[in-house]
Amino acid sequence: MNKAVLEVRDLQKTFGAVTAAQDISVTVPEGAVYSLIGSNGAGKTTFVNMVTGYIKPDSGTINFGNRNIAGMAPRQITRLGIHRSFQIAQLCAELTVEENMLVADAIHGHPGPSFLRKAHNAEARERALATLERFHIAEHRDRLVPELSGGVKKLLDIAMAMAGETQIMMLDEPTSGVAADEKFPIMDLVMDALRSAGVTVIFVEHDMDIVTRYSERVLAFYDGRIIADDAPDEVLSDPEVQRYVTGAPA
Amino acid sequence: MRINLLLAAIIAFVVLAAGSVILPDWAMFLFAMALAKGLVCLGIVGMMRGGVVSFGQGLYYCLGAYTATLVANTFGVSDIFLLTLLSSAVCLLVGMAFGPLLSSYRGIFFAMLSLALSMVLYGSLSKMSFIGGTDGLNIAAPTFLGWAPEGRALQMALYIYVVAIVVIAGVLMRIYFDSERGLLTLATRDNELRVEYLGASVRNVMTYNYVFGAVLGGIGGTIAALALGHVDPEFAFWTTSGEFVFVAILAGSLSVPSVFVAAIILELVRSFSNLYFPNTWQLALGLFLLAVIIVLPKGLGSLVSRRKGNPA
Repeated sequence: MNKAVLEVRDLQKTFGAVTAAQDISVTVPEGAVYSLIGSNGAGKTTFVNMVTGYIKPDSGTINFGNRNIAGMAPRQITRLGIHRSFQIAQLCAELTVEENMLVADAIHGHPGPSFLRKAHNAEARERALATLERFHIAEHRDRLVPELSGGVKKLLDIAMAMAGETQIMMLDEPTSGVAADEKFPIMDLVMDALRSAGVTVIFVEHDMDIVTRYSERVLAFYDGRIIADDAPDEVLSDPEVQRYVTGAPA
Repeated sequence: MRINLLLAAIIAFVVLAAGSVILPDWAMFLFAMALAKGLVCLGIVGMMRGGVVSFGQGLYYCLGAYTATLVANTFGVSDIFLLTLLSSAVCLLVGMAFGPLLSSYRGIFFAMLSLALSMVLYGSLSKMSFIGGTDGLNIAAPTFLGWAPEGRALQMALYIYVVAIVVIAGVLMRIYFDSERGLLTLATRDNELRVEYLGASVRNVMTYNYVFGAVLGGIGGTIAALALGHVDPEFAFWTTSGEFVFVAILAGSLSVPSVFVAAIILELVRSFSNLYFPNTWQLALGLFLLAVIIVLPKGLGSLVSRRKGNPA
């Protein structure tokens, strides 16, 4: 087993009377692919949001690279190497696909976005094009975001998140809003790109076919708790998971 | 491509500067004032690209004008370069103080807070009788590196100075708009969440735009004060700030020259409608803006820009 890249201990979060996370403890090894499953409101996205800084946990620690990142701002966490995509692709709707990539490229370039360097400079455009080609969306580079299909939007969202030096990628429902026949091709593309870059992947998913096909380990959430943490087959055959999460007969 | 920008800047300077020979005195004054106000509006356009509109740019217009006037009257400084430098430095500092505060707000809250700051200055200056109160102050004609022109020569020198400042500011803002930071501003307007999750600070983006707007406002105010020879608290009044917003909307945020064209159009429409319809010139101005919004919703700049999308 590789060394741990993310160690979460005793994470708690309540919203008024609702407990969104209680005693969440997980250790994720470097290069692993984890999926988070659970019904709506089980705490999957809350977990992702706490790790990526969108929500500050009430208590607990999130150790990444010998630092407790719990409560840090999203941009600080991103700069450390934990990137994310969103359930609803977060793109800049009035920019073209290429410009969206150029934004990501400019932010992650060294020493950061410049006041003088042209955004559309040749090197940046080349890098943007290479990333778009890697995700098979280069043909859309001159189109505005509203003109894109759900699948292309998802890929662009993930491609943008991949622009920096990513150590952990958190994907929130990467195939939601994507046509059924596009789901597996999109996941193949995304997982190939992430695996070849040696990135640790944690993704939230409702489609169990995708969970079993792509993840090495599954965390099943229910009522803000992790009720199972094991290999996909073990978790999906767990009676408690079948009862509360998948709905399949025990 | 930067060579094209340099060429365009040289041509713009020559064409505009030629006005100092061709234009009659009244028109030269009108153009100088329009260009000075255009500088303030350029700052608003910079903020508009980030998705916010300042309704209080009169703050920096007034601050720049009063700084130049007080420095001139108190210390006897008359050099236009020094006065511009000092007033823009003061506006830079004030912009840096308020920028981080305002950059946390969006939409109507940003607009109203910026307006509130300018009205605080207006109210304060109106009550300060030792600097003229509501009557304001006069400022002597400027000198240009020791040269003290008079009459038409003064007007020509001032006009050419404004044109030079406008061309330099226009080039710098074009470079900024086309830069990585400029694209980041457009991205911020579109989707702040994505920008933060790419690792950039949205507050920084907003603060920079606000500070640039403050400096441009200060320079515009200094030039206006020197052209008029007088400053008063009306420089910070909300109607003055409203005029700047009017020009920014008229211009849109696609093109830098369109800001100055819009400022000149506003001055011309106002002057002529004031002349021919003295009691209803605001109505004429309102109808004009209405027509522009309906016909050119992205502003005058959309006539020349080939850009896709709508950063206006």
